[in-house]
Amino acid sequence: MAEFESPTELVAAARAAREKGYRRLDAYSPFPIEELTDALHLHHNKLPLLVLLGGILGGLTGYLLQYYVTVIYFPINIGGRPLHSWPSYIIITFEMTILFAAISAVLGLLGLCGLPMPYHPTFNVPRFALASRNRFFLCIEARDPLFDITQTCQFLETLEPREVSEVAH
Amino acid sequence: MAEEEQQDPHVAAKTIIAPGYTFGTVTDQIATVVLTKRTPIFWFVSFGTGLVLLLLFLLAVGLLFVKGVGIWGLRTPVMWGFAITNFVWWIGIGHAGTLISAILLLLNQRWRNSINRFAEAMTLFAVSCAGMFPVLHLGRPWLAYWLFPYPNTMGVQPNFRSPLVWDVFAVSTYATVSLLFWYVGLMPDLATLRDRTHNRFARFTYGIMAMGWRGSAKHWSIYETASLLLAGLATPLVLSVHTVVSFDFTIAIVPGWHSTFFPPYFVAGAIYSGFAMVLALAIPLRSVYGLQGLITDKHLDNAAKVMLATGLIVAYAYMMETFSAWYTTNVYEHQAIWHRMFGPYRVAYWSLISCNILAPQALWFKRVRSNPVLLFISSIVVLVGMWLERYVIIVSSLAQDYLPSSWSIFQATRWDWATYVGTIGLFLFLFFLFIRLLPMISIFEVRTLLPQAKVEEEVGN
Repeated sequence: MAEFESPTELVAAARAAREKGYRRLDAYSPFPIEELTDALHLHHNKLPLLVLLGGILGGLTGYLLQYYVTVIYFPINIGGRPLHSWPSYIIITFEMTILFAAISAVLGLLGLCGLPMPYHPTFNVPRFALASRNRFFLCIEARDPLFDITQTCQFLETLEPREVSEVAH
Repeated sequence: MAEEEQQDPHVAAKTIIAPGYTFGTVTDQIATVVLTKRTPIFWFVSFGTGLVLLLLFLLAVGLLFVKGVGIWGLRTPVMWGFAITNFVWWIGIGHAGTLISAILLLLNQRWRNSINRFAEAMTLFAVSCAGMFPVLHLGRPWLAYWLFPYPNTMGVQPNFRSPLVWDVFAVSTYATVSLLFWYVGLMPDLATLRDRTHNRFARFTYGIMAMGWRGSAKHWSIYETASLLLAGLATPLVLSVHTVVSFDFTIAIVPGWHSTFFPPYFVAGAIYSGFAMVLALAIPLRSVYGLQGLITDKHLDNAAKVMLATGLIVAYAYMMETFSAWYTTNVYEHQAIWHRMFGPYRVAYWSLISCNILAPQALWFKRVRSNPVLLFISSIVVLVGMWLERYVIIVSSLAQDYLPSSWSIFQATRWDWATYVGTIGLFLFLFFLFIRLLPMISIFEVRTLLPQAKVEEEVGN
């Protein structure tokens, strides 16, 4: 794992590592960096689909709940309106859509990130605490087919980092 | 040197972040407020005031549970009184937080980054205060769960054609989504606090709350998608909530309530009072904690402009309200407006006009917008004005409707006031607890504002 001082250096290093053929890479930064997402080819995720499904499920739940209650379970004449008075259902259908979609966005975020994860090997590196302050890290994982402890370390040194450290795991 | 120093405030006034900050100093300045052992006197005074008023609230609610809603000034025909006035006022205040965090995010207004965190907290606590009132107003608050459709042995269900039931869904969805959005925004900053603190207990607690966030690029990419989606969901939600609140009135046939322009009028009023509250909180906070470099004069200026704009929409709504009452040629509508302006509630009506329409015209002047003390005063004036507006709409319309024989004037009791002031205490209590325990400015979003955060692309890359 190599430590850098600026986002520009990190993005350049990530590009170089991709070019070198490393694929099992991760970068750590104190704030989101758009270019880094490009450099690591991370643009696609399933979250929008999950949120869409959550929203559809919520809308159906809201509408069907009201339909079931007002038409089947507890039919009652209110102001002479038909039992299936759909204009009155719009609001709750809408609110349930938003509620379910928002909950699936948050659960989806946690699920896709694999959080909560109280332990991760990177936390073993003492200087990694700075990843949430002002330092930028590039990590080449041992699972990478090209990974070789000496060669990878040498490669990381060529990127002119502030420091290279080994992640115990 | 002297010239440079003189230029500094001038530069700060134009930018959304003062020059000279680095990733490290931004982090330290915001995190220190939470992680320090020394707490400013200002905090103790504000928190103490909140606590005392909260105790008053508990007393008022305790008495309410024992004696019932009769301890408030609720008498036929004014059965909504203070409770609903306060409900609408508080929920309106909450709207600015969501506007700042969601709508301004979608519009890519980056100045929002340093005020969105505490504005969202304000939303959350304002909604908590708002939620108290309809529940306490039920008469039997311990049966509040009857508002939700659930399988029960009584064989009855809520009436889904009633705007009051819509309100239950709208407000509870709003509270839940605001909480989720706020928590998602907090996660990276909780990780920062976890890594910065030297206290074992604090590290453990922040660590649990941060859920193991480590700033991985994979996570950031999903995180950015999630916050955009949440913002996209919260935007229609926030507009819908006050629309539904206004349905509580417009769907009834009470003169002075039954009109189609209430939804936009209520939403504008909500944002108006919400920005007033943002200013009323931001101005003292930034001077006490020395955060003028992060919450700059530019922020105050922008917030004041939003206030002015929404204030003008509200002014237009007052004119339309009067015009359409006249234009209906409906004698009851005429009477409702006439009673409002010249009847028993004329003092409240003309005060609200001065607070909401006349006083904020001062915000046209740059000199007023760049003076924090004047801004603070005008935001308090707007908050008072918006409270009076809801009071006049609710109470004056109910007090004198179709049947003169049942007219009656609403008299607030001391318990009405105690409950209202008590929720202000609850708000202050929660808000200052938040200031002490969580970062009041989003650290990671402020980092993205720094010039160093830009990746410099090499030519030909």
